[in-house]
Amino acid sequence: MNHDPSHLEILRELLSGQLLGVLATHHDGEPYTSLVGFAATADLRQLLFATGRATRKHANLVADARASMLVDSRTNRPADFTEAAAATAVGVVEEIGTDERPLFDEIFLAKHPHLESFVRSPSCVPLRLQVSVYMVVSRFQHVIELHFD
Amino acid sequence: MAFVVDLGAPESTDPSLVGGKGAALAGLARHGVKVPPTLCLTTRAYELFVDAASLRPVIRQELGRKNFADMRWEEIWDTALRIRNRFLRAAVPQAVETELADRLAGEFASGPLAVRSSALGEDAEGASFAGLHDSLVGIRGIDEVIDAVRTVWASLWTDRALLYRRELGIDPDSSSMAVVIQRLIEGEVSGIAFGVHPTRPGCVAVEAVHGLNQGLVDGTIEPDHWAIEAATGLIVEHRPPETRRRLALAAGGTQVEDLGGSPPPRDGHRLDEIIVALCTTEAIFGSPQDVEWTIDNGLLVLLQSRPVTTATTDGTDKRSWYLSLTRSLDNLRGLRHRVEDELLPAMDREAETIAQRNLESLDNPGLATEIENRRATHDRWVDVYWREFIPFAHGIRLFGQFYNEAVRPDDPHEFMNLLAGTPMLSLRRNRRLADLAAFVRDDPKLASRLRNGEIHDPDFGARLDAFLGEFGDAVYGNRSVFDDRRRLVRLLLAMAATPPTAQAFEPDDVRRLTEAFLAVVPAERRGLAEEILDVGRSSYQIRDDDNIHLARHKALVIDAVEVGRSRLRGAETTGGHTTDPDQIVAALRHPNLVVEPPPETVALATEEGIRPQPRQLVGQPAGPGVATGPARLIAGVEDLFDIEAGEVLVCDAVEPNMTFVVPMVSAVVERRGGMLIHGAIIAREYGLPCVTGVPDATTRIETGDRLTVDGYLGIVTVSRGE
Repeated sequence: MNHDPSHLEILRELLSGQLLGVLATHHDGEPYTSLVGFAATADLRQLLFATGRATRKHANLVADARASMLVDSRTNRPADFTEAAAATAVGVVEEIGTDERPLFDEIFLAKHPHLESFVRSPSCVPLRLQVSVYMVVSRFQHVIELHFD
Repeated sequence: MAFVVDLGAPESTDPSLVGGKGAALAGLARHGVKVPPTLCLTTRAYELFVDAASLRPVIRQELGRKNFADMRWEEIWDTALRIRNRFLRAAVPQAVETELADRLAGEFASGPLAVRSSALGEDAEGASFAGLHDSLVGIRGIDEVIDAVRTVWASLWTDRALLYRRELGIDPDSSSMAVVIQRLIEGEVSGIAFGVHPTRPGCVAVEAVHGLNQGLVDGTIEPDHWAIEAATGLIVEHRPPETRRRLALAAGGTQVEDLGGSPPPRDGHRLDEIIVALCTTEAIFGSPQDVEWTIDNGLLVLLQSRPVTTATTDGTDKRSWYLSLTRSLDNLRGLRHRVEDELLPAMDREAETIAQRNLESLDNPGLATEIENRRATHDRWVDVYWREFIPFAHGIRLFGQFYNEAVRPDDPHEFMNLLAGTPMLSLRRNRRLADLAAFVRDDPKLASRLRNGEIHDPDFGARLDAFLGEFGDAVYGNRSVFDDRRRLVRLLLAMAATPPTAQAFEPDDVRRLTEAFLAVVPAERRGLAEEILDVGRSSYQIRDDDNIHLARHKALVIDAVEVGRSRLRGAETTGGHTTDPDQIVAALRHPNLVVEPPPETVALATEEGIRPQPRQLVGQPAGPGVATGPARLIAGVEDLFDIEAGEVLVCDAVEPNMTFVVPMVSAVVERRGGMLIHGAIIAREYGLPCVTGVPDATTRIETGDRLTVDGYLGIVTVSRGE
């Protein structure tokens, strides 16, 4: 019988295994969520994603860079209540600079090769969520926070 | 699609529909072997039931609460209890009930029935899991049958079955249970026969009892045992039981009857037909069989047949020990007498005798021997604790099961309220401490003097001495709890500064609950109910008290070790720094011995730059209520005396010797899990929210963290630096 994986292992598994996350932003206090493709850096401190410059989420982030992203392993079955895991990342979103762009492409496109034309489009903005803390939920209600020093 | 099939129906040989037991009975009947009139309630009925009552998600959630490997036996029992209660409270679909009532109307209408589990993998070749699920006998009428069927279905999820869930392949989504319903044959003699003797190669084994077979199967009645050479039919061993007794039908169930000096249930030469039956069943099923049999009006009837299997266990598999903890009422009666009247008094007498020995008069080698003797005595009593006291704790479980079947309460742990308020030693100790605190509270001048360190007030001192005379030998870890008078005075001042706490359960509450319980039990079972409650209460009390009795022996060891240690320190030998009793013994015997200092402990490395912090920890609900307060982590005796009123006690394992602080705290959180552990018992006595079985409670929570303890849901929420 194996012991529970640590929350860091659960987080790694989620961030490498899941393709999409739910990004939460706000506009004047009005919450707004969007589904985005993401990729995590090896140190887990950044979640990379991209969006069109004209989108509502981008406008929200320009006004207030604070955001969170939910990544989870649910499969729409009753067993999800006990078996699914979820991580909520909280942090600040920044646009990727020109010098960092090759690294963004390498990491993001390795996970989402079919999005290459999308991210290379001039109207697309590459972004990163600089994570300060993850809340990792397992077994429905077991919650551990992972803080970055 | 029929829910009920008889042994002649084509479907009755399909184990996926009628389970292993049902299919084997159908096989026997087809080959002309006499079996009792039998109906099989198929797995379709179980599936309709669990789906209609939405029980699958309930089971999944209960089993998913924490990693199964991390669950202690108390937690597994709690899990099974909660699942069972949900089964008992769920309605059986009308279609199943109607069909069952129709099929029982004829041949099965009169006389008692046996309702037996017939699980899918239980009797498969290569598996050996007999007895993990329930069978009930003496069932009469459709209402009792429906109740019994529900109980048998629930027994797919017993604590015993959950222990073997991996081997059984138990899964909430796919597991199912058929039920065999038989006319109960109250045979004059019954037994079990094994086609392969478990320990004697080349032999078969026969066990026989007077009366019903159920007494032999559930371990209540000790059988006569024969080993018989398979090739020659020669009896190579006959082992009679210590006393011959029989299980007989009685109003409202069964009862054990003493048979005095009655002869064996079978003569040696009358075992032949049973051996022939073993050969017949082996020929039918193609492998050696274990059979259950009974003799009805002189004719052999087979009650069931399954392949011979050998349980393979290694020394590290403790599950068979756990299974041995399930005791019958009869067994608990005997155990109670032994524990209450023999063992606990003997343990105390021996402690008193040892305490009279003067340690100061011994020379160093003599003291070393005394330390060894005291440790050996303590170890012997620890062994008794595991062998006799822990199994007696099953009395609580037996009462819980009986209560839930009779009352079917919303809260599956409601029965604990009827056990509260028993005169536990820890509660008496806490009352004595509360009296001392009240004495200080009522005398401000005394309180002021005590605060200034003047602790030698004669009247107060005499009261303190009286308390220490009775409870002074409490031990926590390897340390005496009350050896520092100033520390104890500090605790009393803290207690005096806060309002006195009352126990949650007054005798009137318990009396009212008891009356309500007995009122729902049918009149013919009321005497049994009262006895099971009485055993439950004794079991509950001893579960707490035994640790306090045992601590007296631990205290005697600590006293002797401390005398040795102070001598070594005084003589400036190398053993003065050690607390290891082995090293102290060696240094007392050999003054020139070089005692190595203990190795330094190395902290575990954590992932660089990532700081885990708990937010919400899930355990088991063990005491209803919600409370918020700062955490107080208990790592040693000193921490107990630092507790401030309103804090949340966080502990690896709450012990009765440390629960004197519980009246001051607002909630209890414990790493160990279960409703029957000491933390849960004492929290319930004081009406405090309690969550047990929080896997990392003591490593993740820090003193000062603000905790919200939800004792309804079993959740601890942690706020740190907010």
